[in-house]
Amino acid sequence: MSDDKPSDPHFSKIIGAGVPRIDGPDKLSGRAHYAADQLPAGLTYGYGVFSTIASGKVTQLSVERARRMPGVIEIFHHGHFPKLYRSPSSFAQGNKVEETRLPFEDERIYYAGQFVALVVADTFENARAAAREVEVSYAEDAALANLEQGVAAHGTQSGSGNHSRGDAAAAFDSAARHIDVTYRTPVETHNPMEMHASTAWWERDHLTIFDASQGVVMARNALSKIFAIPPERVTVHAPYIGSGFGSKLWTWPHAVAAAAAARELGRPVQLMVPRAQMFTTTGHRPETRQRLRLATDGSGKLVSLRHESINTTSFTDQYVETCGSVTKSLYSCPNLMVSHATTQVNRGTPTSMRAPGAAPGLFALESAVDEMAAAAGVDPLDFRLDNYAERDESKDLDFSSNHIVEATQRAAERFGWAARNPDIGSMRQGREIVGYGMAACNWEALKRPCDARVSLRADGTAFASCATQDIGTGTYTIVAQAVSDLTGLPLERITVELGDSSYPDGPVSGGSWATATTLPAIAKATRVALDEMKRYATGANGAFAGVASDELEVAEGGLRNAAGKQVSFADILGAARYGSADGEAHTEGADAQYSYRSFGAHFVEVRWDPGISHLRVARVVSAIDVGRVINETTARNQVEGAIVMGIGMGLFEATEYDARNGRPVNNDYAEYVVPVHADQPEVDVILLDYPDTRFNEYGARGIGEIGITGLAAAVANAVHHATGKRIRELPITLDKLMDDVPEARTA
Amino acid sequence: MRAFDYARAESPAAAIAAHGSDGQAAFLAGGTTLLDLVKLDVMQPRKLVDINGVALDRIERLDDGRLRIGAMVTNTALARDQRVVADYAVLSQALLAGASTQLRNKATTGGNLMQRVRCPYFRDGVSACNKREPGSGCAAIGGVNRSVHAVLGTSDSCIAAHPSDMCVAMAAIGAKVQVEGPEGRREIDFADFHLLPGDTPQREHALAPGELITHVVLDAPLAGSRSAYLKLRDRQSYQFALASSAVIVTLDGDTIREARVALGGVGTKPWRAPEVEAALVGQPVSEQRFADAAKRAFAHATAYAHNAYKIPLGQQAIVRNLTDLTTA
Repeated sequence: MSDDKPSDPHFSKIIGAGVPRIDGPDKLSGRAHYAADQLPAGLTYGYGVFSTIASGKVTQLSVERARRMPGVIEIFHHGHFPKLYRSPSSFAQGNKVEETRLPFEDERIYYAGQFVALVVADTFENARAAAREVEVSYAEDAALANLEQGVAAHGTQSGSGNHSRGDAAAAFDSAARHIDVTYRTPVETHNPMEMHASTAWWERDHLTIFDASQGVVMARNALSKIFAIPPERVTVHAPYIGSGFGSKLWTWPHAVAAAAAARELGRPVQLMVPRAQMFTTTGHRPETRQRLRLATDGSGKLVSLRHESINTTSFTDQYVETCGSVTKSLYSCPNLMVSHATTQVNRGTPTSMRAPGAAPGLFALESAVDEMAAAAGVDPLDFRLDNYAERDESKDLDFSSNHIVEATQRAAERFGWAARNPDIGSMRQGREIVGYGMAACNWEALKRPCDARVSLRADGTAFASCATQDIGTGTYTIVAQAVSDLTGLPLERITVELGDSSYPDGPVSGGSWATATTLPAIAKATRVALDEMKRYATGANGAFAGVASDELEVAEGGLRNAAGKQVSFADILGAARYGSADGEAHTEGADAQYSYRSFGAHFVEVRWDPGISHLRVARVVSAIDVGRVINETTARNQVEGAIVMGIGMGLFEATEYDARNGRPVNNDYAEYVVPVHADQPEVDVILLDYPDTRFNEYGARGIGEIGITGLAAAVANAVHHATGKRIRELPITLDKLMDDVPEARTA
Repeated sequence: MRAFDYARAESPAAAIAAHGSDGQAAFLAGGTTLLDLVKLDVMQPRKLVDINGVALDRIERLDDGRLRIGAMVTNTALARDQRVVADYAVLSQALLAGASTQLRNKATTGGNLMQRVRCPYFRDGVSACNKREPGSGCAAIGGVNRSVHAVLGTSDSCIAAHPSDMCVAMAAIGAKVQVEGPEGRREIDFADFHLLPGDTPQREHALAPGELITHVVLDAPLAGSRSAYLKLRDRQSYQFALASSAVIVTLDGDTIREARVALGGVGTKPWRAPEVEAALVGQPVSEQRFADAAKRAFAHATAYAHNAYKIPLGQQAIVRNLTDLTTA
């Protein structure tokens, strides 16, 4: 956090403090049990049989041999599966799923790695061994294996999130300088450490499922629709999630299959998705092709900006990657057009991946802005400062709080941008050519409706609950910080339970909205509980009988009157023989009075050693304006982690498919390359920490996603500065930077 | 994973007896390749003979100056052995450039020789692969072939690169592979141990059925030599080489007296490059001479759709390694 910020009288020091995660010891000691750690009595294990073709249908499925394998209990497939119902998949109704088609619905194959059968056995090993004995015959159709094949075969379907103002085409044609460039980003796969897994069982007519889920309420509602039972008869647990990055936002086929199998068998079923199929049937960031047309007047002011993107989607559902979402409002430009379209290919359904839309979109936009700045003869930093929007021109609203200029300038200063020699390849150190690049980062600040409950208990502890999740980001900890701040109880006397759909409805952990959504509800519930406590204290036999409630203040886990008499919550409740003072509260989502967004800038130094074609990111300085920081440690961790992921996006990550048949090729953890420790640069994160109290009482806007936006563009811009090569297709691998690559002699 | 028989052997002889000439049996050492492929259902042994109990875990200096390494010496132990560090730096560096600490703690010297390819079409159990299913074709040709496919020693039947780092260093050093089998003991030249794919990519090595690697004997170190391993890859750790070089040189002042060069990541077997060595001997230390020599390694290279870059990258691996070794 910035050193020169005055302390805020509204909050105690615990808000903003870098307190360690309260769930850390459980995770480190193995007491934190994840979805596949659940071992209910009588547990059985499922293992999938997955399609080896990308398009076509199952013509024959023989289970005879598999049935004779040891330990096999049942084998499900499209000819033998209970009748289920589709979820309407409505975000507004809270029952969204990403793949609306149910597992084993019919014999159709839409993508390689689709479930075609499910073997249930007494052990995981027996289930896997038997799954290999299921014989499947296919009638294979020609697969559409990538975006170009999809567009060529059937064009595009229009997507959502489009925007237009002014006359971008006319302004482009009459402008002084223009660029017209196309960028491409590959499929990326989330690859959370924890496997997707579900452990499900039924007791009477009630489904209990431990699911690796970023949204227990959403999953409960979807399962209630799918099984046509009241939501009260479904409980979804996700006390711990080994990251999701978006892939665990919605219910995928394996969770449905596990729950259905458990009901059919009358026994608990656990189903884990193998790593190879986590590339196929649990979502991915889709492939994109983005055309950017920018134009400036003679002084380098943007006069026209068009951002048209196409992304791949599946044949079962339309997923729109809103690449132009940030383009609408980051820069001031009177003539602007953003459009999104999709094309169907034979891949599983894509889904949100950390900073959906913005991550691939800002790679393109912020690369293009560098190209535009060069065409206009302006330093890329100055170009941005000259063109940043002062208000949201797409919504015609003021920003609630926007410090992008300060973020850009502070990061530039810390980075040493002034020392940049703009000539290509001009900065050297030993054998390495040094490149400096920058890019803006940006993410919408979102806030959803939320319920929460807080109990101040007779044993001197507090208990807070909400059906949201901690996906590894620190939600448990910041909830405890909020309760501690309002009650004066120390963190070790505060229990927080999340990830249980029977608690008051909380939000999906996505969109960087968990903090802004959850904390106001927790705070409101805490205040209701404190009011209750004051009523008990001032009641007939209370510790402060006869004192007016509003004369009492909260102090150190108790109440205090003007005379300095202080009584703990435990004693107040003890005197009244009550077990707890409780508060429940509901808070609403964001209003539409302002445009709520987070801002920032990345500065990246790359090193290119042409003698061994080695590119590395040596240094990153990022300044991030996300409103108030609630926990300095977990907030910094979010940005640093996002930067690492951005480096992966920039340099390494691409899920490859065989163009001949649509099968994934590098769907394992060795050949899908993500950064490792040895790739880590020096990372310096500046958190501006300006509370945005127009957004919520804490002034916090959320921090999970913004750090990855723009990072790959900053890398690409630095690579251009070092090498003179403008790489418009991610990832920027060494072969794209080499000068003397011969022609392939064969395929 | 399918059910298999499992036996533990206490000696090489017992292991060989337990294995027999059953084509469906396999020796289990560190298991870092075998168990992985068994779990993927790419290898389906009916019997595993666990050789972790055989006493082949010693490293001995022989009277003639050679170094004899037991087949069960782990990659970690070999990399950290003081004699290896002092006399065969290239080998120590190659080992430490491979895999991860955890894998190196399990992986063995003999097992590393038996490592199988990383070609995804081999590992997926479905695609055409002459190695996995002779006669089915090679899906890597015409498929995705950027990272783990070779440009040297390929054939129309198979283009998978040999994945080992250790073997590249051994190819440069020179070694004998000592084996024991139903027919007794014999020695195989390291250069002859791994086979080119040709028309029979399913045949990867010179072992007869039932033969067990017992030792690798490294040639005596070149007097006064310097050596190093340089591995080039996308990320800085835990990735197979896109191109690598193992280089050993001795100098007379500023002239190369002797050179040994082997390449990884670019060949279908650990790739010794004698034509580069010949071009270096007697030459002055000069980056241009190194570049001219390095080019010779790739005179007969075949570039596939996505791996043509390995031809210049492999040359860079040689030139930089030589430059660092001779100008340090």
